[in-house]
Amino acid sequence: MAAAPDFEVAKLTGEITVPKLREGAMAGIKSFNANEKIQAPLGYPGELVEDWHDRAIGKMGELLKKYRSLQVFMDACVHCGACTDKCHYYIGTSDPKNMPVARQELMRQVYRRYFTFAGKYFPKLVGAKDLSKEILDDWYSYYYQCSECRRCSVYCPYGIDTAEITMAGREILDSVGIGQKYSNEILGKLHRIGNNLGLPGPAILDTLEGLEEDVLDDTGIPVKFPLDVEGAEVLLVTPSADFFSEPHVESLIGYAKVFHAAGISWTLSTKASEAGNFGLFIGSYENMRKGALRIRDAALELGVKRIVVGECGHAWRVAYSFWNTLTGVGAGAAEDDEFARKLQAQLDPSVPQPSHICEFTYDLLKRGVIKADKSKNDHRVITFHDSCNVSRASRMGDMPGGQFIIPREVIKMVANNFQDMAPGTTHEATFCCGGGGGLLTDDLMEVRVKGAQPRMEAFKDVVDSKKVNFLALICAICKAQFTKVLPYYGYNMGMVGGVHQLVSTAIELPGLGAGPVEEEADEAETEATAAGDE
Amino acid sequence: MSTLSIIYVVLFYVATLLLTVGLVRKILQYKNSPAPLKIPTTPAPMTTSGVAYRMAKEVVLFESLFKSSKWTWIFGWMFHFGMLVVLVRHLRYFVADVPGWLLAMQPFGKYAAFMMVAGLAGLWARRFLVDRVRYISTLSDHLMLALLMGIGVSGVLMTFVEHTDIVALKMFALGLVRFSPQPVPGDPILLAHLAMVALLMIIFPISKLLHAPGVFFSPTRNQVDNPRERRHLADWAAQLEK
Repeated sequence: MAAAPDFEVAKLTGEITVPKLREGAMAGIKSFNANEKIQAPLGYPGELVEDWHDRAIGKMGELLKKYRSLQVFMDACVHCGACTDKCHYYIGTSDPKNMPVARQELMRQVYRRYFTFAGKYFPKLVGAKDLSKEILDDWYSYYYQCSECRRCSVYCPYGIDTAEITMAGREILDSVGIGQKYSNEILGKLHRIGNNLGLPGPAILDTLEGLEEDVLDDTGIPVKFPLDVEGAEVLLVTPSADFFSEPHVESLIGYAKVFHAAGISWTLSTKASEAGNFGLFIGSYENMRKGALRIRDAALELGVKRIVVGECGHAWRVAYSFWNTLTGVGAGAAEDDEFARKLQAQLDPSVPQPSHICEFTYDLLKRGVIKADKSKNDHRVITFHDSCNVSRASRMGDMPGGQFIIPREVIKMVANNFQDMAPGTTHEATFCCGGGGGLLTDDLMEVRVKGAQPRMEAFKDVVDSKKVNFLALICAICKAQFTKVLPYYGYNMGMVGGVHQLVSTAIELPGLGAGPVEEEADEAETEATAAGDE
Repeated sequence: MSTLSIIYVVLFYVATLLLTVGLVRKILQYKNSPAPLKIPTTPAPMTTSGVAYRMAKEVVLFESLFKSSKWTWIFGWMFHFGMLVVLVRHLRYFVADVPGWLLAMQPFGKYAAFMMVAGLAGLWARRFLVDRVRYISTLSDHLMLALLMGIGVSGVLMTFVEHTDIVALKMFALGLVRFSPQPVPGDPILLAHLAMVALLMIIFPISKLLHAPGVFFSPTRNQVDNPRERRHLADWAAQLEK
């Protein structure tokens, strides 16, 4: 940690406690606004428009008509309070407006006033309010203190998902000229260049060549990192952070080793050099679609048979849940649906499209196509953090909950020491890392550190009681967030890494002729060759 | 017929009309608004019958609420289940020949009223005792509880303390059903009870009581988890591909 933070960081106890509320605790917190240059390419005004009031209400009306979720969620809440202690930002900040229901009420008070009988004629009775600049300020502050992690939606008796309301809030704000610099700037880079980091093709190529050299030096094996290879079987779409950031790049090396060991031809793409899609975060169907279409175009151009997605939580939500809708990556298009059929005719129908890299690796490990020497990970005692979007907004494998089983199975197949964190903090009840949903920016550091507290408490518990020294992740945002936040809580950032970093450590690479593993390696090579011939 | 009777007859016809029209309008609105994206809260069922089972657990057992808060769950379930049994019991006032099963369940219906009132009391207490719930409670939340409590307590009073003339009441109720209005009994507790019920019917479609139809249309609960297997496309989203 460079400098002491200008806010208080809780001392961990290993237990999660629900705080008494402190009104206005996070009221002043605002991330930087986007300027005209950032807003315009996304189709939004660059500053607050003069008729913001009418435009905002108009936009709300439009969204209510386009999204059943928003319409039902605006009506159905009874203020039962079930969600009030479920949000990691409430637990970490004790600001009551970070309780999911209160975050929703910021919009519901306006909805009632303009769209309901009771709110039009009895505003005081039902807490309806005219839209004011103060309310817009509140929206900007608190809709960017929500990571859209959907934990509240698990516990709501009507399934109200605050993420849907946060997205609508951000979309309305954007439409009147109030955008967030962090999310919108990144989305602009995705549209303009092809990835969130803004890496042009030559920079990606250079990085990949460097990685090939590194892996060759480390292992003596010429593992390839192919880019824009037409006719490859698999297109790997991964968060661009995997190209440059630590520990992300370790997982990229892991994916490459898996493809190498299995002998499956694959490629990355400069056009589709980003799995992430911040269009989700700002609730913009059009922008999310535009970003996702890059993957469709790349798949069509390269003629791949299969699309695999790297370790990234929200990207997997968009890929698993939305790609088929947005781009046709998937299966089961209607017969007259030429748009989707064009792509689906090209993709291999015998495997899930898209597949998560964990599904892909799990299948290869299970079938014995690739092998791992678990003892290589013996210096690690590993726990696994379920990423929010993977857990509550997607699936892996062919049964509900596969998204919890498969990453854990992969870890257990490549390592001997695995320990889960406490029930109530994992699986569908997992806590967000605190940096998701467009909050992974330094100007929201206080929100991020405090929002990470519940996860940190559960982590401390297993560090103390189970000697855990490795936090395994399958999300680029989780990796960046924990790397930054762990030190605030007294832990070394080196404890953070990807699931495929563990795979990378333990995987047996064909051609690695060293001592006792020789025979097995030969076997793997034979199988790999066979697989490659298919 | 007295003015009072006319007022009550009109009140109940108007209340029934507003309840029906209001609810039908809302249900059509929910049904007709598109759900452009697959957003079930996962793990979610992969088949339609699985979704029916999930929804049944949600509606009958309040499964999600059970996961979140045991106190709210127990009070909420007591109130709703109690009210259901009480409502079923009240059918006897609307049918000329009371079937055997309805007769047999009358005692349960009577005592279920205590369950309903106790549940309401517990829910109301939470609005004062739990700081987070206190913070989010609005005036209308309290008034809604007051109204339901008023209905429950007045009902209990008539069943167990100040018996009302149920023969005359049944005449009144049957008169409404048969469109042949009959005088309303003049018992003040009954009149209060009936007025509060009519008020509840009127505000149902314009209040948070919309959670009742709403839950069935909640995309996080009623969608099948099959986005990779089937392409899901809303009409307005399909236009973008043109």
